[in-house]
Amino acid sequence: MMRLIIGLFAGSLFGAGLVIAQMTDPSRVLGFLDVFGHWDPRLGLVMFGAIAVHAPFVIWSRQRAKPVLARSIHLPAQTKVDARLVIGAAVFGVGWGLAGYCPGPAIASAFTNPSALLLTLSMIGGMLIHDGLLGRRVVKGVLQPKTLDHDEGTQGQGVSS
Amino acid sequence: MNQYQYAPPLLGGLLIGLSASILWLTLGRIAGVSGIIGSTLTRPSRDISWRFGFLAGLIGIGSLMLSRRGAEASVHSGPVLLLVAGLLVGFGTRLGNGCTSGHGVCGLSRLSPRSVVATAVFVATAMLVVFVVRHWIGAAA
Repeated sequence: MMRLIIGLFAGSLFGAGLVIAQMTDPSRVLGFLDVFGHWDPRLGLVMFGAIAVHAPFVIWSRQRAKPVLARSIHLPAQTKVDARLVIGAAVFGVGWGLAGYCPGPAIASAFTNPSALLLTLSMIGGMLIHDGLLGRRVVKGVLQPKTLDHDEGTQGQGVSS
Repeated sequence: MNQYQYAPPLLGGLLIGLSASILWLTLGRIAGVSGIIGSTLTRPSRDISWRFGFLAGLIGIGSLMLSRRGAEASVHSGPVLLLVAGLLVGFGTRLGNGCTSGHGVCGLSRLSPRSVVATAVFVATAMLVVFVVRHWIGAAA
């Protein structure tokens, strides 16, 4: 129950942040990405602000033994830059540049904007297609310690308390 | 129309950073939206409660705030483009293990080499696509 409440609180903060920053407006996002046109640099402040808050906590947490409600931090087991990472990031970048939606803003506005809903459903389809084509092989191919996640996006192998 | 200045994106970013820090310090988890969606879909039996809560909060607050603000978002993409873009976003974030939040915010905050590379690649690719669409195709049309 505690984990659900923490998740709910964190998700709400995250959603509020996206809406306030207007990340949920694809034309703003595309304006930020349009560096060769009328570049609107302001959305860069979203990432700057988020890192400015999060990075000090990450550094501070290194002096602590462990998270409050888990045995360890669930870090990705993969640490090397490989072809999958680069190709995956490039494919994501193409999709992001085409419509101006990345996953968070898409799902946050899925119920108020039919375009975001369509993109979200299609995105889920893309994830399932990936797992159908490549997912199983990877899970079998990479043996991981049980306390580690195998990705940055918490696609977790992690077992937590 | 409200004045869109520098404060809202900065404030939004601070809230996102706070959210990521709460997950990190309490559950030891990374606030990566694509990963949370992916895990909820493919491994619903494993440590699902916080992920479910996170998505519920994200969708709930998002819907509430956006419905009050009215239709601010201006989407110029047609359904086919949205469909293709969505497929690429879903497939790519799964293959590359993260998106703007997992790599761009959380990964960069702990200086993960994978996230630094991934963020550079997806930002550069997206900028290139916008350039091609707006200034090549757009100019020719």
